[in-house]
Amino acid sequence: MNIFDQGENAVFRGTWKAVLFLLPTILILIVFLYFPAWHSLVMSFFRNNLFLGTHTFIGLGNYRNLFTGPLAPAFLQSLTQTLLISLLIVFIGISASIFLAIQANKKIKGGTVYRMLLIWPFALSPAVAGTIFLFIFNPEVGIMNTLLDFLFSVKPRWLDSPLLALTLVVFAAVWKYLGYNIVFYLAALQNIPTEPLEAADIDGAGAWRKFFNVLYPLLSPTTFFLVFTNISYAFFETFGLIDILTTGGPVGPPTVLDKTGITTTLMYKVFQDGFGGSSNMGFAAAESVILTIMVGVVAYFQFSSMGKGIHYQG
Amino acid sequence: MNKKKKGALWVHIVLCTAVILVCFPIVFALIKSTQNTAQVLSPSLKIGSSFFHNFKRAFFDYKLWIYMKNSLVISVYVTLGKIILSFLAAFALVYFKFKGKKIIFIFIIVTLMMPTEVLILGLFNLIANKPAASLLQWASWVFNPVKLLFHPIAYGFGWSNTNLAIIVPFLASATGVFLFIQHFNSVPRSLVDSSRIDGTGPIGFIFHILIPMSWNTIGALALIQFVYVWNQYLWPRVIVRYDANQVVQVGMNKIIAIGDSVAWGEVMSGAIIAMIPPLIIFALLYNAFMKGYALSSDK
Repeated sequence: MNIFDQGENAVFRGTWKAVLFLLPTILILIVFLYFPAWHSLVMSFFRNNLFLGTHTFIGLGNYRNLFTGPLAPAFLQSLTQTLLISLLIVFIGISASIFLAIQANKKIKGGTVYRMLLIWPFALSPAVAGTIFLFIFNPEVGIMNTLLDFLFSVKPRWLDSPLLALTLVVFAAVWKYLGYNIVFYLAALQNIPTEPLEAADIDGAGAWRKFFNVLYPLLSPTTFFLVFTNISYAFFETFGLIDILTTGGPVGPPTVLDKTGITTTLMYKVFQDGFGGSSNMGFAAAESVILTIMVGVVAYFQFSSMGKGIHYQG
Repeated sequence: MNKKKKGALWVHIVLCTAVILVCFPIVFALIKSTQNTAQVLSPSLKIGSSFFHNFKRAFFDYKLWIYMKNSLVISVYVTLGKIILSFLAAFALVYFKFKGKKIIFIFIIVTLMMPTEVLILGLFNLIANKPAASLLQWASWVFNPVKLLFHPIAYGFGWSNTNLAIIVPFLASATGVFLFIQHFNSVPRSLVDSSRIDGTGPIGFIFHILIPMSWNTIGALALIQFVYVWNQYLWPRVIVRYDANQVVQVGMNKIIAIGDSVAWGEVMSGAIIAMIPPLIIFALLYNAFMKGYALSSDK
């Protein structure tokens, strides 16, 4: 999409007036986004100690420590975990929502009711989701273990076992974001021309072939956009969920993993290093710069999908 | 025909299962929020009669009403601010002819790559640091390029524990500017022309034509931003240390932490209370959202 192709719409003149309209937005962005971003970058070249009050320039020292030395294993572990958790959230979330959106878009009785009931968790917060899941999966009084105990006589300790805690966090995150994804797929499905599907019906294509040969290609611009939206959701918004549900834990067996919790994502690690007991601000700043670069790549693709990529050549 | 009926039955089964999975946690929380202490800890899913008791405990004894009030004030201000500021910015970018337009657009859009979360350390220092003691001190820092570049946050706003800390940094929105630009570009040229012929200036054009034509986009943006601000967790958790200024998403967590055993009935009641305002906004603005955002972003 060419935002500046609309030269013919620019009917008003007067640079000063335009600047006046733009000024509040630009000021806020400079002071509260660009300035802190620059500050974080500068901070990442210093070693800070809050207790000693020292502030020493160490150049790329913090970055070197991310990849080698005693602090590296924890960082690399949380980097790997972030990628793994994001991958799971995106893959499970997107597949589930594409499937459900197609079902809910079919012309059946009560379709509108189904659609509304599937979409509304969009408005829920990760913190609320975390709180409710904390109760449902409480090992002693939670309804999940009561049920499992009754059926199979097992009472797994969901939040103490690394594998179970990871599964739970991914499941809760997918559950919370399902509504958002379904909204976009439903909107896309309603814009899709019906002829290709009818043609496939006449050809006698089965459900799978219809999905992979007809529907999936038509939905791929939306999928592309949602994949990157979901990645940045997995990076950042899962923070509240993780903070309430697992506080970044649990720690795996030391032979396999470092002393970092299995659900400590990069965002959670920045928080721990920056505001936790150690208050290693420079190191945390270096981590946040790495995270910014990752988000930059994601946002670039997301933005390019919002622009020219999305067209239905129907 | 028979085959078709069978197919529809399957769709109903699939959708019912999905709806149960999606809605169960909330229905469960709702039921538990009505039960007394003994029932809450039992597997019982009967609706109890302690709803008002739990609600009262959570709302008043655990001070959830203060958190709710803070969240409400913050969300309303930020939502309004984002809508007004990004409307004006998009208006200038679409309807004005001036140099450097592209640079300003890129300047705004690049901030999509800088979510507050990754800036949290810098933003924290900026908001928490004390302001300069005197104007002279401040000027000697701000007009010294070396100091400003390498010690960028020598002074801050001193806003920790205030609503300002959660409102002001969020007043601008790249998403909002982008949505409004897209929408303005779809406004027919003839309307712009006829208003020009009538001799209407920019302000008149905004009020008489642009705002009445933008309600769906405004509604969509209001829904996204209200839900986003209301659900914010990390930033208030970091910058607000006093309970009296905390927001509900973080405050709710405090009920869990009180005492030895968690009062789950009250916690569930708190969770339900915390989700009501965004759901009301969702119900009110859902149609505008579908028309103004979900569809437009696919065009």
